[in-house]
Amino acid sequence: MSAAFASSRTNGSEVVKELAFFAVIALLMSVMLLGVETVDRPTGLELAVRWDLVLLAIGATVIGRLGLIFRRENISRLGQAVLITLSAVAVFEMFVRFRELDDRWVSPVFLDMVFSSVVSTIIGIAFVAIIFATAYFTMKDKTAADVDESAKLSSKIQLAYRSNTKKIGLIGIIFFIIFPFIFGEDRSAIDLATLVMIYIMLGWGLNIVVGLAGLLDLGYVAFYAVGAYSYALLSQNFDLSFWLCLPLAGIFAASFGIILGFPVLRLRGDYLAIVTLGFGEIIRVVLINWYDLTGGPDGISSIERPSFFGMADFSRRVPDGAIGFNELFGMEYSSMHRLIFLYYLILVLALVTNFVTLRLRKLPIGRAWEALREDEIACRSLGINPTNTKLSAFAIGAMFGGFAGAFFATRQGFISPESFTFLESAVILAIVVLGGMGSQIGVVLAAIVMIGFPEMFRELAEYRMLIFGAGIVAIMLWRPRGLLSFRDPTILLNMSQKEKVAGEIK
Amino acid sequence: MDWAYFLQQLINGLTLGAIYGLIAIGYTMVYGIIGMINFAHGEIYMIGAFHSLITFLICQAAGISGILPLTLLLMLFVSMVLTSVYGWGVERVAYRPLRGSFRLAALISAIGMSIFLQNFVQISQGARVKPMQPLVEGGITLMESANFDVQLSYMQIVIIVLTFVLMVVFSLLIAKTSLGRAQRACEQDRTMAGLLGVNVDRTISTTFVMGAALASVAGMMVTLYYGVIDFYIGFLAGVKAFTAAVLGGIGSLPGAMLGGLLIGLIEAFWSGYLTIEYKDVATFGILVLVLIFRPWGLLGKPEVEKV
Repeated sequence: MSAAFASSRTNGSEVVKELAFFAVIALLMSVMLLGVETVDRPTGLELAVRWDLVLLAIGATVIGRLGLIFRRENISRLGQAVLITLSAVAVFEMFVRFRELDDRWVSPVFLDMVFSSVVSTIIGIAFVAIIFATAYFTMKDKTAADVDESAKLSSKIQLAYRSNTKKIGLIGIIFFIIFPFIFGEDRSAIDLATLVMIYIMLGWGLNIVVGLAGLLDLGYVAFYAVGAYSYALLSQNFDLSFWLCLPLAGIFAASFGIILGFPVLRLRGDYLAIVTLGFGEIIRVVLINWYDLTGGPDGISSIERPSFFGMADFSRRVPDGAIGFNELFGMEYSSMHRLIFLYYLILVLALVTNFVTLRLRKLPIGRAWEALREDEIACRSLGINPTNTKLSAFAIGAMFGGFAGAFFATRQGFISPESFTFLESAVILAIVVLGGMGSQIGVVLAAIVMIGFPEMFRELAEYRMLIFGAGIVAIMLWRPRGLLSFRDPTILLNMSQKEKVAGEIK
Repeated sequence: MDWAYFLQQLINGLTLGAIYGLIAIGYTMVYGIIGMINFAHGEIYMIGAFHSLITFLICQAAGISGILPLTLLLMLFVSMVLTSVYGWGVERVAYRPLRGSFRLAALISAIGMSIFLQNFVQISQGARVKPMQPLVEGGITLMESANFDVQLSYMQIVIIVLTFVLMVVFSLLIAKTSLGRAQRACEQDRTMAGLLGVNVDRTISTTFVMGAALASVAGMMVTLYYGVIDFYIGFLAGVKAFTAAVLGGIGSLPGAMLGGLLIGLIEAFWSGYLTIEYKDVATFGILVLVLIFRPWGLLGKPEVEKV
């Protein structure tokens, strides 16, 4: 081995030392949490030992580290890819073994799983191939020319993206509009699309607060909850229809935004984050404990479904005096009608959010948000009132959260405080940041990646959140500013003038 | 007024506060040195609790759980060592590459890490609540009144004394050793400290390791004190400990301890005299009030706004 490193900066014994260090780290990290399992028995907790998992963890770490050393030293691209793939397979093997209790030492579970059927063989080989290809192509030996090339390429992509945002947006909208025509009969596809759309809307709403105004809000789910509960309570206690409640839910949420926003306006950055998180938790605790009003942990069930703009009803047995949706249009009854209607409803709501945001950005208030995000002191000295500016961002962001909440309540027909945990806030914030703060298309992309993909892998239920968490970290490491991150001011002075100024400064 | 009841709540509050304080130190040190909320710190505390529980079960299987002091020391030591490795690993994987990058990126990465660790423990150790039999039993009756005896359990004494000892050791470490000096230097100006020969990367790693070690002690104490843990305990404890750190003045070590004690007392008195359901609301309410009127916390220094 030492010969391979002779020409490079690191010599063989240092590599062995480094690998040994990481092996010890992996051993210490896995020896108890992986190596020993606490098993519930009637007599109390007992231990089951799983040394195979510890060995796998150490193996994966050492092999992966060796791959990274190969990369650092620019040795054999093929070798790098093989090592990284092996490490990934070892991690995978480790996780599938959690489920297998017997025959641990005999034959790798991964191979058994892969060769258990034709489909799984294909999936398994594809899985390995994808990792291998990714490792092989991203770990290309980088020379100066390569770096130059890739910078050029990425700036080309950026340019293409920036000059065509309108077209891309339009294509996206058309795709989402015709989506039900393609998957019209597939209930799960429509459900998934609706769910993704809810998160897109929430992402766009939060984008106003975080992306435009630069106020870090970790409690956005509170406004979502306020919207959902206002609709549910108004409709149950006062028998108001969805169409009347929707604006009311928005108004309630916006007022909450102002009430919550007002005391915390003086705070900046992380302090604001932690206070908003606190507010989110307060709302949840109140929802759980105010039993008379909210039903406590049981939540509110059988919330009224929306009608077709008050003209027709979607249920199979239409109540007296109302017309069924299918009768109105002379169609056969289908339970899909309601789902597709709901899908279009959230699509319209989301597009309204987007449209309003895009217009607001061009108004003085939107420009004030962006200016405030960049430099609060400069804003104040230029006569922008930070209080009003921040409050308006809070209120408008909260209002869209409230709309989304009302939609959520009517779609589910059941709400409980369980749906409004901190994790939801974290997911929405992750969507905004992963998308690239302030980028509307980025939010769509991130929502599809974060919500769409995990939902598709429902079978992996227990691993879903694990992969979700690791995925957030990985995306952040890969692109710290988000998938599509070009934080340009929405409005610039015209170019020639800008260049002139730049020239003068030089 | 029933003084006995008051005294009992005071003891309970101090015990709880000591635990929060130990976790809060991890937040405050990391925030002081790299200016980020280490969102996964609550998870580190949870992992500490699991490590101590598993160590105890191993001791039990090995038949040495009868020797109480040895078992407790082993739990403390093993849990501190193994949990610190997690602290180190989290910093290395999720924060170091993002240092100097866009500020929100590190926070999001920390939230991702927190979700990951929570689910990692849920999968590897199961989602059920893990019970643990009481190890340190009995206590002293401080005061007897007509309807109520004030109890100071041995466990509470252990917690308060251990926290106090750790705080003293820790303050000395920061104030007297070269490591502490390096940490204080990095806190003031990382670039300058680096130029003057402080190994900044190593100092930051050590900070994470120390924070994790203290959090693991808190985890062990909770395991012993309440006797039940699960994979989800890290979130709420983490948020409260962060509240404590902010309350005391983030970046200040005595502040973190003071904040922790205050949060513990508020919680105990609120549950004792008002409603137990709304104790979390009280904690956050206090946080909001402090931030509005004294955003730099009780012992912190006001931040100077620079242009």
